[in-house]
Amino acid sequence: MPEPDNRHVVTLEINGTRKTVAVEARKLLVHLIREDLGLTGTHVGCDTSQCGACTVEIDGLAIKSCTVLAVMADGASITTIEGLTDIGAELSPVQAAFHEHHALQCGFCTPGMVMSVRQLLRDQPNPSEHDIRHGLAGNICRCTGYHNIVRAIESLASKGDQP
Amino acid sequence: MIPAAFDYVRASSLAQAIDLLRDDPDGTKLLAGGHTLLPALKLRLASPELLVDISGIAELKGIEISETGIRIGALATHAELFASEPLYRELPVFRQAASLIADPQVRNRGTIGGSLANADPAADWPAVAVALQAEIEIVGPNGLRRVATRDFFIDIFSTVLEPDEILASVHIPRPRTGMHFIYRKIRHPASGFAVVGIAVGVRLQEGAVDEISIGVTGAANHAFAGQRASDFLIGKTLSQDNIEQAAQLLSETTECLSDRYASAEYRANLIRIETRRALFALAS
Amino acid sequence: MNDTTAIRLIGQPLKRQEDFKFLAGKGRYVDDVRLPGMLHMAVLRSPHAHAKIRNVDLSAAKVAPGVRLVLSGKALAGKIGPIVPNWVIPGSKVPFRPVVATDCVRFVGECVALVVAETLAEAYDAVGRIEVEYDVLPAVIDEEVAIREGAPQLHDNVPGNITTIYKVRGGDYQNAARAADHVIGLRVVNNRLIPTCMETRAIVASPEPDGTLTVYIGSQVPHMHRRWIAETVGIPEHQLRVVAPDIGGGFGAKMHLYPEDLLCPYLARELDAPVKWWESRSESHQSTSHGRAHTENIEVAFRNDGKILGLKVETLGNVGAYLSNMASGGPTVNTVNFGTGTYKIDDYEAISRVVVTNTVPVDAYRGYGRPEGAYIAERAIDAVARHLKLDQVDVRRKNFVQPAEFPYRPYGSTGVMYDSGNYQGLLDKALAAFDYEGRRSECQALRGSGIYRGIGVAAYTHMCGMAPSRRLAMSGFDRGGWESARVSIDSSGRATIYSGSMSQGQGHITSLSQIAADVLQIPIEDIDIVQGDTRQVQAGHGTFNSRSMAVGGSSVHVSSQRIVAKAKKIAAGMLEVDEKDVSYSAGAFSVPGTDIAPVTFPKVARMAYVGHKLPDGVAPGLDETVFYDPTGMGSPSGVHLAYVEVDPETGIVDILDYVAVDDVGTLINPRLAAGQIHGGVVQGIAQALYEEVSYDPDNGQLLTGSLLDYAVPRAEHVPNIRSLFQQTASPTNPIGVKGIGESGSIAAPPCMVHAVLDALSPFGIKHLDMPLTPPRVWAAVQQARMGAAQ
Repeated sequence: MPEPDNRHVVTLEINGTRKTVAVEARKLLVHLIREDLGLTGTHVGCDTSQCGACTVEIDGLAIKSCTVLAVMADGASITTIEGLTDIGAELSPVQAAFHEHHALQCGFCTPGMVMSVRQLLRDQPNPSEHDIRHGLAGNICRCTGYHNIVRAIESLASKGDQP
Repeated sequence: MIPAAFDYVRASSLAQAIDLLRDDPDGTKLLAGGHTLLPALKLRLASPELLVDISGIAELKGIEISETGIRIGALATHAELFASEPLYRELPVFRQAASLIADPQVRNRGTIGGSLANADPAADWPAVAVALQAEIEIVGPNGLRRVATRDFFIDIFSTVLEPDEILASVHIPRPRTGMHFIYRKIRHPASGFAVVGIAVGVRLQEGAVDEISIGVTGAANHAFAGQRASDFLIGKTLSQDNIEQAAQLLSETTECLSDRYASAEYRANLIRIETRRALFALAS
Repeated sequence: MNDTTAIRLIGQPLKRQEDFKFLAGKGRYVDDVRLPGMLHMAVLRSPHAHAKIRNVDLSAAKVAPGVRLVLSGKALAGKIGPIVPNWVIPGSKVPFRPVVATDCVRFVGECVALVVAETLAEAYDAVGRIEVEYDVLPAVIDEEVAIREGAPQLHDNVPGNITTIYKVRGGDYQNAARAADHVIGLRVVNNRLIPTCMETRAIVASPEPDGTLTVYIGSQVPHMHRRWIAETVGIPEHQLRVVAPDIGGGFGAKMHLYPEDLLCPYLARELDAPVKWWESRSESHQSTSHGRAHTENIEVAFRNDGKILGLKVETLGNVGAYLSNMASGGPTVNTVNFGTGTYKIDDYEAISRVVVTNTVPVDAYRGYGRPEGAYIAERAIDAVARHLKLDQVDVRRKNFVQPAEFPYRPYGSTGVMYDSGNYQGLLDKALAAFDYEGRRSECQALRGSGIYRGIGVAAYTHMCGMAPSRRLAMSGFDRGGWESARVSIDSSGRATIYSGSMSQGQGHITSLSQIAADVLQIPIEDIDIVQGDTRQVQAGHGTFNSRSMAVGGSSVHVSSQRIVAKAKKIAAGMLEVDEKDVSYSAGAFSVPGTDIAPVTFPKVARMAYVGHKLPDGVAPGLDETVFYDPTGMGSPSGVHLAYVEVDPETGIVDILDYVAVDDVGTLINPRLAAGQIHGGVVQGIAQALYEEVSYDPDNGQLLTGSLLDYAVPRAEHVPNIRSLFQQTASPTNPIGVKGIGESGSIAAPPCMVHAVLDALSPFGIKHLDMPLTPPRVWAAVQQARMGAAQ
């Protein structure tokens, strides 16, 4: 609901925890995540919905959080990269495969890339190389040339694990 | 990267949304998936006073298939249109075209209603909707009206929608048995939009074209129907020669856009090549 | 006593130690820095390519909500700046570059005014309320146009828009041209690129209670940034702490001094509060340096058998509106010095002109000059093969420098020396991996059925890790070529290494640890690497020019050796034997041939710090710092092959295979090395097929203003890269390593262009300029077909 100074109260579930935040209508979801919730693993790499560094899951779907208003996420359940691992815990299968195959260099695109790969493997548990490359259309990596990212995903194909 | 300030209302019904639009048609923008509007706001290319979020309005949702036709609510996302099994059984072109739109994350938010209402000259659904001979249902202060897709687009980013009207749904006649559609697209490497996109539907009876419909996007100011090429092919076989002639006709009768990336000549060529390739695919 | 190396990690494909924080979303980039009371700066940028500033009205912005300060260039004039380049080729005319424009703007994106506000949104809002009146002037974008008579002039002290003229000459080109059977000319454009680090630039400057200033900046060169900021803002260097946290890619773009790097420190002091600036992507396209942007005219003289006798080059390097950090060196020393590539061409003549235009400043981008230089050599030799209808491989083989000729000085150069190499070996390995003969037949066979496939070849060599320091002085650098490393062993025997190198994704934590572990003979888990904090790291130059392993790694190697040497002295005392009888391996000091029980490295470390039983003349502590200044530069080399299929109807190029064989000397970590090749090759493919900055030639508007227009490749645009290595150790450093970071982006552009030209050879197409976009390829085919029809 709107507050007097154009602020709106947003209640959402973030990585399993319920949070309530008052935000300006114009605040982007990515800024709510980074600034209000302090989860800086989600990055901003562009301003035209091209790069995918801001990818998070809303209600189980990978989306670009720079192209969603925070107010639109009222009532939603959101998973960010921080939601995949507890400190000291083992990496999730996608994260572990990225480590195994040297699928990251500077690490800036990595959280968004990992979130997209989860969606890719949910949609296609046994993707071909073509499926993988097509499925990564929403994420730009400037360091790896994608080669090892593709290898990492191939290694997860049809393992039957939850991504 | 941060929009100018605006207020935001989440509309709970179409009537409420239309009322809000009527209050200030120039200063109000509708927000559904947000994938056209929000980038423009972030770059401060637009600065509305009020955003009306229509994404929760039940009347704008759903994909329904009945005896008479198919209704797709404006809020159906590209991903929903990709995933819908009943729709796939009826018109596989939806899955095929959806897979070529933008990228998976954008497909999870972007809607068919937004794609059509925004009338980007390089968007994909306009070509598909034209080929499917869809009608667009519009709701406004005076009630409902329907417009054929081919009459819906006026110019770049311009449609017959009045400032206080909302694109509510897309209605597609059920295809006759034997009618097959295909969508082909050459993507811009950066934006992912169509440099040229061609949607073609063909029905063959005893080897001859009994019904044909062509929608083109990316090439001109707005999506359009390739009527002359269709008329040319009616009653003819899809022989190599006929296909070449139809593709040539469509290509040379289109006044193509020219931009930094692709010249008008290149786009005209793509119309010819992609139409030909689509027709060959449908012929086999 | 000879030491043995039981721990041998160099050459092992270890997985990266630094991965975990990045994978868990715990990487810390500058934009993640959030300080109490932090203010936000936003910049108003020029909408015009060239204009006089008549008036800047700040009044509406000053009263906007949340605003703390609004300034135009006039208010800063004389207080900070000007921005001066760090590499100035002798004889260059250096234009005056204010931090914020005062009277005149010279490119779309130049800083005109700034706002500091409590939130970034408020800063943006207030920027929108600044009113500027301009008198628009004619602009010039293209380097060939800029040097014509009557072209708009950018700077009073740069007549003709040429800042620098640089000449290279070896042998007698005119003589070679006379002796040659053929002389052909070609004009090639090296397209302007945007480096596009996925993390844009950002900076936070924070005043500390003790009067010092901490600057968080995504810098490839933290210590150099400290000096530059100190000198340009007027802060004593010792009061400035530069912290470079995790960096989301650099590629050269994050080693320059930008206006915002100076504004935040200045404003933080003025306002006594932390000030942050973060660059949006679209802003980045007009505020962070671009790369390449050359036009070269080449003339090559050769015999009927394909032997090249002479090469002549005229380069025009477009450097944008000012001389950025290294701008006068890129198109000159870095380009034309390497114009003969891997080939023995004794008669060489080159002239390079550095040209200012009304565009974003152009500076280092992955390879800086070497891609442009290799492109000259490679396009020339490919043109020779095409002209003579000889096989492109045979012609290269005929002209290669021979293995026995190293160290090799091309064209009798005094400045260029290739330390080592075996180009034939690279070529043979590449051809075998690629199945060159099989594919050559396949191309021929398929052409009959209207399928156009082609093979591209490119060979390269260059020099990297610029050194020694006295050599940099001769070329006009205001810095040295050394790197520093401090190896500090604590009393438990664990090592902390303070390195002046600065990883932006290369994986230094792992690779430098491998180097240190081999010398220190301790487990890699016992080694920590510290980079990117001028208060912790003693000194440094940073990471660029493919120098980190050869120079930074060598400094770690040498300082680790000093640790072992000292530890051995201490161990000898503990063992009560002569130092020369002590052998060290795998963390144990022993006396071979005796039954004296060995002492372990941790025990020796403990002794070093308690100091109870140190031999005479040995000071306590186990801590060594080295400033390592190399004696020379290593020369990586490589041969790359690409296989493509071109659809002449749409112009679309499909890359079917890509094989890279690179010789980067000793491989420290083959896994990370291959990663560098993959990334570099894809950036090179991007230059060849996709990326190009476009300006409107009439008004200088930037047409590729966002990632909607500027085509950075996605996964579906590029192939798998088959990366193989040959290891010819460099004699210039103790590890034998050569640089690797720039190899891919040097080799791939000519390789891709040659593949496409080969595929299009049935059409008689001999030349295409990058990027080979589908519309451009299609247009060339159309033109060839029309030409053939006439």
